[in-house]
Amino acid sequence: MKGNSYFSRKLHSLLGIIPLGGFIVVHGLTNYQAFERGPEGFSNGVHFINSLPVIPLLEIFGIYLPLLFHGIYGLYVAYQSNTNTGRFKYGRNWAFTAQRVTGVLTFVFVFWHVYQTRIQVYLGHITHEELGSTMNLIASNPTYFVLYVIGVLAAVFHFSNGLWAFLISWGITIGPKAQRISSYICMGIFVIVSALFILSLVAFRGDEFKEAASAVLTLTNIG
Amino acid sequence: MAETTVATKSVKFIITRQDTPDSKPYTEEFEVPYRANMNVISGLMEIQRNPKKADGASTAPVCWDSNCLEEVCGACSMVINGKPRQACSALIDKLEQPIRLEPMSTFPVVRDLVINRERMFGALKRVKAWIPIDGTYDLGPGPRMAETKRQWAYELSKCMTCGVCLEACPNVNDRNSFIGPAAISQVRLFNAHPTGEMNKEERLDALMTDGGIEGCGNSQNCVRACPKGIPLTTSIAAINKDTTKHLFKKWLGM
Repeated sequence: MKGNSYFSRKLHSLLGIIPLGGFIVVHGLTNYQAFERGPEGFSNGVHFINSLPVIPLLEIFGIYLPLLFHGIYGLYVAYQSNTNTGRFKYGRNWAFTAQRVTGVLTFVFVFWHVYQTRIQVYLGHITHEELGSTMNLIASNPTYFVLYVIGVLAAVFHFSNGLWAFLISWGITIGPKAQRISSYICMGIFVIVSALFILSLVAFRGDEFKEAASAVLTLTNIG
Repeated sequence: MAETTVATKSVKFIITRQDTPDSKPYTEEFEVPYRANMNVISGLMEIQRNPKKADGASTAPVCWDSNCLEEVCGACSMVINGKPRQACSALIDKLEQPIRLEPMSTFPVVRDLVINRERMFGALKRVKAWIPIDGTYDLGPGPRMAETKRQWAYELSKCMTCGVCLEACPNVNDRNSFIGPAAISQVRLFNAHPTGEMNKEERLDALMTDGGIEGCGNSQNCVRACPKGIPLTTSIAAINKDTTKHLFKKWLGM
């Protein structure tokens, strides 16, 4: 049973939804606070997450390790696949190829994004309170903004389409009708979660995030 | 004089050829006289009778594999105008010309259009796609199968191991050990059988090893390509469910 790809592939599929899929939805909802409630809402969201117990454990076992396994094993899965969308121009076959392309894009994007945000907090260059202003800087740069939109769309597509495939791989949606209905639901999830992320990216461009940043800076300077 | 009254129609073929399993493939063009109701096999037979290329130069006759000529044996599968299908049921009247014939190169090419589908038969052995009833005495009749179940199981039994689903699958290739859709559907067929069901765990176990059912990436090309209309993706999802259940049962020691 050693080196059995059945278990690694199954674990890959599971981790993509639990915890990673859950994480992306929570992340989208937290960011959306920036759009709905402005800098204060966003910083409340950040504060809420940081008030959770055993944060380092949650981060390591709930995000970093699953992300690394899912990402690295996923690159191997993508390597093992051919693309034959030229010969078989079916929607599902396009989604199959897109799932692999967006997986690789997401892999690159997540590393870059984590470097720009979470790693900067680890390094002590910024604080959790300054994440809003960091995002303001990133989203105000037109190139970064476009790259972030592409990265976010890739990640959310990969999650939504992955959810559809997860339901099949675990034997939940079996017949063609169940799979068609779940594809509509997953497409809906793609639209909604993408909207959460893109609207928050747009919101981060607002000057109030810059001002909030300087206000925080003033506070810390006074303190 | 008859020649002036009958329009001489012809059929054009562009065929991918390969002389030995290891040599480089190349293409040759052929033009054969048209007859009513021709299929790709009768076109190939015409080339065999008069092995001349479109430019008139002689060449070795094109090799192909065929047997039943009624789309039930699966031997004459090849890629016709880009789509894997059976040559016997590919009617010339319904094909765009020139007709491009290629071997299904997912499989080892033996010569020209002849491929070796041995991996499919190996897969059937691996998943034990049979019902073990041999014994030292008469076991008597087995349990009966419900008619409602028989009806869908019959659809699965139409599989002729033709290899079209493997050719269509983006995950069946040199870098991937995926067993392919056909064998998974056969597991569903034999696990549905009231006597075959008695050994269902063995078949599920076989699909839960390296290169088993996890190789499916849900491109769902197989179900579109299958010439017999077998619900392959339903079979895969159903076996996904059974292997998942089997996995947890084994973990829990049930």
